[in-house]
Amino acid sequence: MATVKLRDVKKSYGSVEVIKGVDIDINDGEFVVFVGPSGCGKSTLLRMIAGLEDITSGTLEIDGQVVNDLEPKNRGIAMVFQTYAIFPHMTVRENVAFGLTINKASNEEKEKKVAEAARVLQMEHLLDRRPSELSGGQRQRVAIGRAIVRDPKVFLFDEPLSNLDAALRMDMRMEIGKLHNSLAASMIYVTHDQVEAMTLADKIVVLKDGRVMQIGSPMELYHEPANLFVAGFLGAPSMNFIPVTVEAVEGENIAISSPSLDRISVPGKGRSFTVGQTATLGVRPQYIRPASGDSGMLHGKVALTERLGSETVVDVTLASGGTLIVALPEDKVLAEGTETSFDFDPAQAHLFPETP
Amino acid sequence: MASKLTRSNRAGWIMAFPGIALMTLFIIVPFFLAFAFSLTNQRLASPNAVEYVGFENYSDLLGLAVFTLEPERDESGAVVRDEDGEIEYPRLRNFTRNNPDYPNLAGKREWFSWASGENRTVVLSSDVVFMKALVNTFTFVIFVAPIQAGLALCLALLINQKLRGINVFRTVYFMPVVVSIVVVSILWRFIYSPGDGLLNNALGWLTFGAFTPQDWLGNTSTALPAIMAMSIWQGVGFHMVIWLAGLQNISPTLYEAGNIEGANKWQTFRYITWPGLRNTAVLILIVITMQAFALFAQIDVMTSGGPLDSTQVLVFQAVERGYGKQDISGGSTISVILFVIVLTISLIQRYLTRER
Repeated sequence: MATVKLRDVKKSYGSVEVIKGVDIDINDGEFVVFVGPSGCGKSTLLRMIAGLEDITSGTLEIDGQVVNDLEPKNRGIAMVFQTYAIFPHMTVRENVAFGLTINKASNEEKEKKVAEAARVLQMEHLLDRRPSELSGGQRQRVAIGRAIVRDPKVFLFDEPLSNLDAALRMDMRMEIGKLHNSLAASMIYVTHDQVEAMTLADKIVVLKDGRVMQIGSPMELYHEPANLFVAGFLGAPSMNFIPVTVEAVEGENIAISSPSLDRISVPGKGRSFTVGQTATLGVRPQYIRPASGDSGMLHGKVALTERLGSETVVDVTLASGGTLIVALPEDKVLAEGTETSFDFDPAQAHLFPETP
Repeated sequence: MASKLTRSNRAGWIMAFPGIALMTLFIIVPFFLAFAFSLTNQRLASPNAVEYVGFENYSDLLGLAVFTLEPERDESGAVVRDEDGEIEYPRLRNFTRNNPDYPNLAGKREWFSWASGENRTVVLSSDVVFMKALVNTFTFVIFVAPIQAGLALCLALLINQKLRGINVFRTVYFMPVVVSIVVVSILWRFIYSPGDGLLNNALGWLTFGAFTPQDWLGNTSTALPAIMAMSIWQGVGFHMVIWLAGLQNISPTLYEAGNIEGANKWQTFRYITWPGLRNTAVLILIVITMQAFALFAQIDVMTSGGPLDSTQVLVFQAVERGYGKQDISGGSTISVILFVIVLTISLIQRYLTRER
């Protein structure tokens, strides 16, 4: 088990910089998820940690040792790929034991370690099958087994569930969570799926365009997003952004308004605003409630109601133009076209100086 | 299925007709005619009526006999020796010509012989030239198939790298394939030319004149190897491209997985590349074997089967008999024998390389 430390890590392909100076600390036994939209550099960053891509500048430490120039096999890592990367001509047993075969381990050692990995992953009955006889989930299990057998300091997962269907993805997600609990190893997990990030991570690293947008625990990122990007990226349905004008700065509270929003005060959370500037108000759909009568702060017209059973998602066209998504915890029908007002707790709102 | 083929596809059939007609006329009909002719005494142009002769053509080609010659003895029973001390034997023609005691030897000639004690064992063949062609063809296949396939794989591995200018190498290696085999054969006749040919000159220059120029195509021991070398050179590019296609079909993540597990170059080839090339290898093995059995143009252009029948091969013999000697039935018989040989070998290869 080990710590991983990235200091001002950069990666360029020719003149194109894809990782633009990343600092991340990963503690012993931590489950860290790199999340971001496609092309944000999360996979590249993981492959740099694995040693499959060179690090252009900066340092990468695993367990206190700078490993920039070490071969992948000497870094104490194991990696699980999106496409499984299991060898089609070998049985599951041979696949899991591959690293041991390469390093000329004894048959007893192989037998023991494979059995142990198979037990952890509950795939003893699959050991003599070939990959072509396995389902996607089982193949990914084999790939994870091959990683376990290496007994690595750090596990690396590169979108391991992306090729699985939705139901299986949920099962495997839980399996990986349990695996982390039982192995207590440091794990780095790349995904573009925020649900995986929220459920699995001890710590989430949100990346965009090769830069770290925010690092923190899932709840920290959810409740206290540092910027508009993180606010919009995490949470489903995603956060509503309403363009507003700053009316007054009253100490910690900022008074704002917009054509579809009555003047309210929201906490500034340490960000500085000047009177008259445009800003963006962020409110999660779950915190918005229909107001009784016309007393609410937000005004609009219901455009569409989606009933999911457990919740109702209402699409509202605001008086000023934009749309507002409201997620109601109960099954409720709002007739299309009705003028409605909505309320929310200003303490649950976020005000960002930037505009989307 | 039948209705679909006949009903809705009239335009398709009309367009396919010229191709099908030509293939029928020049491939399918001759194929069956060869079987029919091989059972007759058909000649290219003859006033005599064609007669059915059963398998006479086959026995004329394949007839073999083993005969032991006993030494000549004088009155006292001692072995007669000539001036050099060599044992004298009775003349073989005493047995093979008009000798009613040995009907199985009638018309046969010595193919090869060896001494066993004082006796001499002689293998006789009804058609010594055909037997030489048969042996030469097999020799050609046994050397050319593995060397050409192996060399092509080495080249494919070399050019399957991301290097600047690698396409130049691909082009260079593939170039001989594009040039007609007849042109290549004529060029190589100059290279092998006995006086100041390129090969003799080059070898002389490399050994500072110590090398004695050889008549590569005029010498029974070098003619067939010379043609083999040229054929390998000419065909290697084609199979290199097939290997290359196979190599590029192997998922790069498998190599990355191997890299992380610490596989060295040889282990990577042994465990990832070679198993991944299995289907390609089967294809190449069968294609090369078939091509090698069809050896003709090189012989026709370079040696015409000489010197002393040392480069006689089956296809050349088939053509030589059919058109040179106007013995269509003899040529057809050789074609049918070649067909059976190639079919048998291909089936054996298919069986040995089947999916297990």
